[in-house]
Amino acid sequence: MWDHEIRAMASTHAIIAASMLMATVVPAALVPGFSVYGTHLLWIYSVSGAVAAVSVAIFWLLGISPPTRKHTLGYKLSRLFRSCLYFFLSCMFFHIVVVLYGAPLIDSALETFSLAVLLSSLTTLRCLCVLGPNVQAWIRVFSRHGAMSVWDTCLQITVALTVLGAWMGAFPIPLDWNRPWQVWPISCSLGAVFGYLSGLVVAPTWIHYHRKQLTYKCK
Amino acid sequence: MERNCRLGIRSSAFASVILIFEVLAVALFLRGFFPVPVKSSLSKIRQDLPIEPLSGGSPNSSHVPQPLFKRVVIMLVDALREDFVFGANGRTYMPYTRHLVERGSTLSYVSKARIPTVTMPRIKALTTGSIPGFIDMVMNLNSPALLEDNLIWQAKTAGKKMIFYGDETWVRLFPKHFIEYDGTISFVSDYTEVDNNVTRHLDSTLKRDDWDILILHYLGLDHIGHISGPHSSMIQPKLMEMDDILKKIHGALISKEAEGSLPYLLVLCADHGMSETGSHGGSSEPEVNTPLVLISPAFKRKVGMEKPDEIEQVDLTPTLALSLGLPISQNSVGHVIPSVFEESSLRDQLRFVHLNGHQLSCLLKDSISDYAKEAGFEQYRVAEKAHGSWMKRYLEGNASEVLTNMGKKVLKQYLEALSSMSSALSKQLGKYDLYSMIAGMVFVFQLLLVLLLAMPEALSSSAAVDLPVMSALLSLPFYLLCLLLASVHVLVCTSAESSCYFCSLSWGLVFAAIALTSAMSCLLLSLTTRRLPLGLKLPGKVSCISSSEWSLSELDVLLLAGTAGHTLSLAASSFVEEEHQTWYFLLSTLCLAVFQDVCRKYFREKGDAGGDEEEFVLPYKENAKEEIYSEKWLALATPPFVLLCCRLLRSLNQTGVQWAHLPDLGHWLNSSEHKVVLSLLSALCLVFIYFLIQRRCSLVSKVALALGLLGVYSYRAAVGNVLFPWQHSGRNMSKGTVEARFVYVFVLGILFTGTKDLLRSQIITADGKLKNRGLWEIYSGLVFLVSLLFRPHNLPVLCSCLLIQTLLAQFIWKKLHYDAAQTTIMHYWFGQAFFYFQGNSNSISTVDISVWFVGFDNYVEAPAIFLTALSTYAGPLLWACHLVCYLSSDINRSPVAMGHGCYCLALLRSVPAAAYIVLVTVLRYHLFIWSVFSPKLLYEAMHLLLTAGVCLVFNTVEQSRTSSAA
Ligand SMILES: [Zn+2]
Ligand SMILES: [Zn+2]
Repeated sequence: MWDHEIRAMASTHAIIAASMLMATVVPAALVPGFSVYGTHLLWIYSVSGAVAAVSVAIFWLLGISPPTRKHTLGYKLSRLFRSCLYFFLSCMFFHIVVVLYGAPLIDSALETFSLAVLLSSLTTLRCLCVLGPNVQAWIRVFSRHGAMSVWDTCLQITVALTVLGAWMGAFPIPLDWNRPWQVWPISCSLGAVFGYLSGLVVAPTWIHYHRKQLTYKCK
Repeated sequence: MERNCRLGIRSSAFASVILIFEVLAVALFLRGFFPVPVKSSLSKIRQDLPIEPLSGGSPNSSHVPQPLFKRVVIMLVDALREDFVFGANGRTYMPYTRHLVERGSTLSYVSKARIPTVTMPRIKALTTGSIPGFIDMVMNLNSPALLEDNLIWQAKTAGKKMIFYGDETWVRLFPKHFIEYDGTISFVSDYTEVDNNVTRHLDSTLKRDDWDILILHYLGLDHIGHISGPHSSMIQPKLMEMDDILKKIHGALISKEAEGSLPYLLVLCADHGMSETGSHGGSSEPEVNTPLVLISPAFKRKVGMEKPDEIEQVDLTPTLALSLGLPISQNSVGHVIPSVFEESSLRDQLRFVHLNGHQLSCLLKDSISDYAKEAGFEQYRVAEKAHGSWMKRYLEGNASEVLTNMGKKVLKQYLEALSSMSSALSKQLGKYDLYSMIAGMVFVFQLLLVLLLAMPEALSSSAAVDLPVMSALLSLPFYLLCLLLASVHVLVCTSAESSCYFCSLSWGLVFAAIALTSAMSCLLLSLTTRRLPLGLKLPGKVSCISSSEWSLSELDVLLLAGTAGHTLSLAASSFVEEEHQTWYFLLSTLCLAVFQDVCRKYFREKGDAGGDEEEFVLPYKENAKEEIYSEKWLALATPPFVLLCCRLLRSLNQTGVQWAHLPDLGHWLNSSEHKVVLSLLSALCLVFIYFLIQRRCSLVSKVALALGLLGVYSYRAAVGNVLFPWQHSGRNMSKGTVEARFVYVFVLGILFTGTKDLLRSQIITADGKLKNRGLWEIYSGLVFLVSLLFRPHNLPVLCSCLLIQTLLAQFIWKKLHYDAAQTTIMHYWFGQAFFYFQGNSNSISTVDISVWFVGFDNYVEAPAIFLTALSTYAGPLLWACHLVCYLSSDINRSPVAMGHGCYCLALLRSVPAAAYIVLVTVLRYHLFIWSVFSPKLLYEAMHLLLTAGVCLVFNTVEQSRTSSAA
């Protein structure tokens, strides 16, 4: 049963990674003048959109999202509305945190917000897909021994690595090399994407090698 | 194990001793790294002029060209930036000068000053033509007479009559050189009187004919820069004033000019520029680039604005010397500016560059052992030969076009040779005394290793370190090592050809050092052997250590990784320049990690995990529950609030290099339009500071604090930084000496009461409460003194420092049971961040020297150094002192917390210092060694010294604690 889940996870992750690659390559072929450094914001939107669409589709198809108790349309709509609200709030949260870290407040607000959108679609959206708009569940998963399924552990790993990647992406900014990728927020968004990609690889591998130690409490 | 033969030392004493020795070792390293330059003194100066090269002819024609100018006026405007004259604003700032530059018979250059861009080294560079070493800046304060060969001395020996008005540094550097002088003492807060003191002599002097060289040094612009920066409203009037003075001098020189005699030369130059923050000392473009305008009828008339060429500042020296008919100073590394001599005959031109080349080649011979391999030297030889054959044809009366072309070619060869010799010499300056450096480094590393190896014991529950000192001293390896090292020392010192500081020390000191390092080695050996079999003997202890290692929380990982990462980051020059970014980044992350910890504590799910916490188990009364509820939200709000505070503070002072030019709140507050806001803000901050520090003081101290803080405000009002509400119009600027002294009295009073309480608690009654009050009072006194020294726009830094300390102590450190080590690391990080919040950087130029004159009419060395150190290191010092007070006042804490804190502080300071010393040694030929790494080295050394002081305080407080407990 576990092997099955891990295999599902690995293939999901492969699809997501492929979609991110496509989001980089396809516009480069279609849109003239598209490049990761030159039209960075466009790249961010393309990647975030691709990740968001693919994650929502896959997790909905796989049925990992918690089953809805009521099947009324109103309840579903309210869930959808709350999910959107949470996504927007998480964008704001990331934006504020990044500004508190020292990003300029007014000068490059759009760039900062784009980074926040990218981070949200890499982290929060996954939470929304796996756990639904349920703050209690989020707090549970991100407290010390809160994982209750393979998917929770996977979520922990990818989110942590994404945030860590973005964090480490800030390191080269003060260096005086004058490279194109040192411009705000390119290094951070690249860091986040690489962190996320490594999370996609690390999570199934780690779970696979630690499947004996992993014990989850029942829901 | 024989306990009695070992020395059991408390952790704090151990850490203090190690730090003190480390300070000494670093001092030795610094002495090697910044050698005092040894140069030829005035007494042994060669006066033989080289003969004019002539191949095959009689070598008697030692033709010395006529001087070009009769009188020279040098107008040196301190901190005049290149763009003040040549830039877009030049037309409005200095209209007359700009007109001369564009249309007059002038030569204009951008002359590049070398670092350190500080007045005295620059004056030395301008007069000697050499590039003074970094240590000159450190010795900037007490300048003795210049003993090197220099232009002023040469002019005096040649019988030139010189007059000097301006900065007193010149009078101290050149005593008895001027027939008439008036030195004005540099006083930062005054920018009109200093210049009027110079200008008032001008009219009478310009009318007279009894001088040859007139030197004027105007300081006002520099002072305005220090007070309010290069964009302040005071800059333009000052530059207009300078322009008028230049116009006046120029007019007087023109009217005096007689037909037939040699023309005059008027030089407008600067010693250094001004950074975007208004100070100087570093290597940023606006600090380095200064204008040089030579005005004389001897030059061609300009027809429009041309882009001025770039030259080295030292190039002015040989140019002036040659054009005045003086020998070039021996140590001069500059080369002549060819355009100045363009109008003289080709023979003279060749002779000028030949003289310069000869002087440079002699200097090259003296300073470089394999000088013959230098490209410039070879070029010079070739050019000299060509010069000789040219001379031969010239003397034969051959005056054709061919000869002129050939002469021009020789001139070009000469100039190429000059510039390559000049650059070879500039590179050569600054040799290292490697033996002293290595000795210092070895000491530092031995001490650091001892500190590290003692970690398990120093951080154990007994907080005492067993040092097998006696057994180390009595062992055979110790004596063998002593002998070995002594012989190595003798060998090195007899073989080294250059002077070495460690060799020049007296034998007693050297032997003490050798004995110390041998003892350290033996100590290290025995400590290592004790650590290794520990796993076999004491399995219980090891398992405890390893378990504690395994259960590192995220916060611990962050603290360790951050400390290590910061140490590693110092290897990159950009990270040294932008070190504040590292600390801000780490601090933000720390706040988030703490926030996560707080969330974990208060939001854990009640059902499964909350059971082991006593807060949830114990039954509470209703109001207690309410209290906990409010406390929970306060604790949750603290880290975001701290984060917000830090974000606001970092926009207060932009520092570093890359982003230093960005607008910041500090500049906004300091501009004259926002004086009301600044006044309100500083008043508010002072009130806040009062409320934050008065809580723990006795009644008398409270009154003294209130009065004193009022005094701080009135001092700032007297100096003119802030406004008094009832004093709108009558703005009579004073130095505020009385007000500052008034505050000093109260500061001393509070410090005295604190010390008295502390002593009483130790000697008469073993009263913990009294002792804590004493400690907090001393801390309050310190805060109070800092509030006097800080510029008004920096008072929010002090205010939020106190606020953050109070909040963190109240809601975070106590409530989350952080241990002494974690608390210490956090204190250290905050201290480092606050060092940069207050506007410091790793460049010397950000040191605020205006504190010299807080309460003093003129420069007094000891208090000036003390006050500068205190105001510069206020952030780290206040956080370290808070650590002492906090650890000692927390009653619930284990009594060894103090020892642990002290040990951690010592370790936190030693690791980066030791690593940095190695880095600097490895990077000693790096391009940025003087501009970036050396100032940082001085900062590190100073910080180490201060930390040693704080550790001593720890030690005394802990000693009294144990003695009162006993
Ligand atoms: Zn100066
Ligand atoms: Zn200055």
